[in-house]
Amino acid sequence: MVQFNLPSNSKIQKGQYYKDKTGSKNIRKVNVYRWDPSKNENPRIDTYEVDMDNCSSKVLDILNKIKNEIDPSIAYRRSCAHGVCGSCAMNMNGKNGLACTKSHSELNGDIDIYPLPHLKVLKDLIGDLSTLYKQYESVEPWLKTSKISDKENIQTKEDRAKLDGLYECIMCACCSTSCPSYWWNGEKYLGPAVLLQAYRWIIDSRDEDRKERLKKVADELKLYRCHTILNCTNACPKGLNPAKAIAEIKKMLATA
Amino acid sequence: MSSYKIIDHEYDVVVLGAGGSGLRAAVGLSEAGLKTACVSKVFPTRSHTSAAQGGISAALGNMGEDDWRWHMYDTVKGADWLGDQDSIEYLCKEAPAAVLELEKYGVPFSRTEDGKIYQRPFGGMTKNYGNETVQRTCAAADRTGHAILHTLYGQALKHNTEFFIEYFALDLIMKDGACKGLIAWNLNDGTIHRFRSHITIIATGGYGKVYYSATSAHTCTGDGNAMVLRAGLPLQDMEFVQFHPTGIYGHGTLISEGVRGEGGYLVNSKGERFMERYAPKAKDLASRDVVSRSIAVEINEGRGIGKEQDHVHLHIDHLDPKVIDERLPGISEASKLFANVDVTKEPIPVVPTVHYNMGGIPTNYKAEVLTVNGSEKTVPGLMAIGEAACVSVHGANRLGSNSLIDLVVFGRAAAKRAAELVKPGMKHDEIDKSETDRCLVRFDKLRNSEGSNPTSELRLSMQKTMQSKCAVFRTEKTLKEGVHEIRKPFEGMDSLSVKDKSLIFNTDLVETLEFDNLIRQAITTMDSAYHRKESRGAHAREDFPKRDDENYMQHTLSWCSGSKTKINYRPVHRSTLTNDVQYFPPQERVY
Repeated sequence: MVQFNLPSNSKIQKGQYYKDKTGSKNIRKVNVYRWDPSKNENPRIDTYEVDMDNCSSKVLDILNKIKNEIDPSIAYRRSCAHGVCGSCAMNMNGKNGLACTKSHSELNGDIDIYPLPHLKVLKDLIGDLSTLYKQYESVEPWLKTSKISDKENIQTKEDRAKLDGLYECIMCACCSTSCPSYWWNGEKYLGPAVLLQAYRWIIDSRDEDRKERLKKVADELKLYRCHTILNCTNACPKGLNPAKAIAEIKKMLATA
Repeated sequence: MSSYKIIDHEYDVVVLGAGGSGLRAAVGLSEAGLKTACVSKVFPTRSHTSAAQGGISAALGNMGEDDWRWHMYDTVKGADWLGDQDSIEYLCKEAPAAVLELEKYGVPFSRTEDGKIYQRPFGGMTKNYGNETVQRTCAAADRTGHAILHTLYGQALKHNTEFFIEYFALDLIMKDGACKGLIAWNLNDGTIHRFRSHITIIATGGYGKVYYSATSAHTCTGDGNAMVLRAGLPLQDMEFVQFHPTGIYGHGTLISEGVRGEGGYLVNSKGERFMERYAPKAKDLASRDVVSRSIAVEINEGRGIGKEQDHVHLHIDHLDPKVIDERLPGISEASKLFANVDVTKEPIPVVPTVHYNMGGIPTNYKAEVLTVNGSEKTVPGLMAIGEAACVSVHGANRLGSNSLIDLVVFGRAAAKRAAELVKPGMKHDEIDKSETDRCLVRFDKLRNSEGSNPTSELRLSMQKTMQSKCAVFRTEKTLKEGVHEIRKPFEGMDSLSVKDKSLIFNTDLVETLEFDNLIRQAITTMDSAYHRKESRGAHAREDFPKRDDENYMQHTLSWCSGSKTKINYRPVHRSTLTNDVQYFPPQERVY
């Protein structure tokens, strides 16, 4: 029987334990994935005791508190802090989400914080999204129209409503990195985030390239690696439904 | 500094920042055939333009009669006559074409019944020179900034703009008073990059993070502004900091002015719609400085809401849930997430929150950076756009939805001007090694700080000082204390502590470099505020409650070297660009 072994440097070790120094009676243990590319060491889990009496409500507030008060070396992306920029996507207690909108009161027990799954880790909680960005580029996310006029394109309210649930995507990658199919074929399968974006342009009534766009994604690997697992829809922190968008593309191709 | 690996690049133009203005400039430059690099510390769609909600102003007239001259009058008045009217004319006249262009790029604007771009009312936007409310603010629900940013990124991809993403810019390269490019640190692999360019366009946004409570992103640290200060050039009108009337109480998340545009209103603890007292005509849609001051007065006089009586309520629970769902979905989401409020049933607790910097890098309407050396002069090779720039179209107070239009109009203007000045493939000047050395000495010193003051502590001290001494209302006393106190965190850098010494995604060092940038802007803001002894727009002095056109119809210029500042003034431009419109002379500003 074939045996699979992980390379030895991928094994996660026990890291440092940072005991609370504030004397707080309301402590929560927070376990954070750490890996420093400049050191020749295995990844580790550092544990921080965090004083929850003086911490705001979101997981990002915990991370900021650790960085500001306990350990400034911890690395993660963050920007807008209210769920519109998509920087702080990570895995919290086993589920992908945005640290800035996830309330820690919704998480049970100790809090485990990991980078988004199945990305190459650049450092600590920072994953490499360059493949996803290239795939995004490949769907040509811009309006294609041959009309030349100095007035706006007319679009009915009904046609505009078709973009709702699509244009709001913040490309945080929570969906794609929760998808087993994307884990397995991430280089070739476009994944839910990018397919949702592809559909956003396919369904835009102003766009004249629908046929070509559909043809481009109608591919065994790019599109049909979606096996309707629905992890994507479950993971989306914006409440969007990438699985439905993918199903719509498949439907359009089937009925074309 | 030979220990750092330096990689050299040559570009016709380098754009620093990939938000709305930076991307719009990059698109125009690529279209013009110029070899363009766009350098950003975050992936483009993470930029703070994504947080803009309510809309983008342009006199399209889709919802009734409108005229760009009316828009211009409103902007001049909103700016409390500190704006340069030549630039404001340019902004308002170019606005409709700029919005139509965005629509053609693919921005998913909300629509009217006949399929045109939907426009909503916004604060200070009026018909016929101040007479009644006009619907001028073009909206994509309440996610207009997000929609524009993502669309512009798509356009930049279409035009094959070369991006350098997650590169942190350190300093400008200057030679004989001209800009020759910039130096940046690649966070992905720790290398240093020297970009030589004929023109450098700064589009780094605002510096809201000098305050403790702001709607700004963590990344809004005004890095470009600080680079300009370090290059020995001045910043302009830094004392004008906009407090948005409605940030969510306790968290600071923005609640769009579009909420009041769609019929929302403010109440105090007595249940009064207090804005009727302060702005009888415009009420809740007076300009932002007016509404923020009114809220502050209500709270100061004991009519605030809550245990601490320190906020007010914003109601939209009377609106049709269908309207909320269609036009304000993001607001519902944010209110639920950050205030635990169901907006269809309960009011949102709000408080004035730092939101926008009217001040920044002085430019003319072509986006060329200005300095004063005897008289007004342009700085060769340097441009600035977006919130980083002070054109100045917003003067002492920006009107809501005038920032998004500023991004695209001046982003486009910068590209146009650059295409006039630079021919593709022009030869680059030799630059002296000393510029690189000077930059890397600072970088290396900060990186190897072994003192006792963590960056986070110094930053907190700066933010608390700004919040308490340079707030909605200011006095000689608070500002004098502020001028003194704001230098303490700067001095604290003498014994700075940076724990992480690595070069790849060293966010400890990133935050330290950002603090080094912020503190210089905090100092210039405080000092500029101290020296302006009048009340105008967002700068409200309790001890000088009146506007003083005789002495202060001037832009403040502030230079900063170490913690020392030099304050000077330059006159506001008192003429229009063309004869299409007449100069609007100063009037009393009532809403």
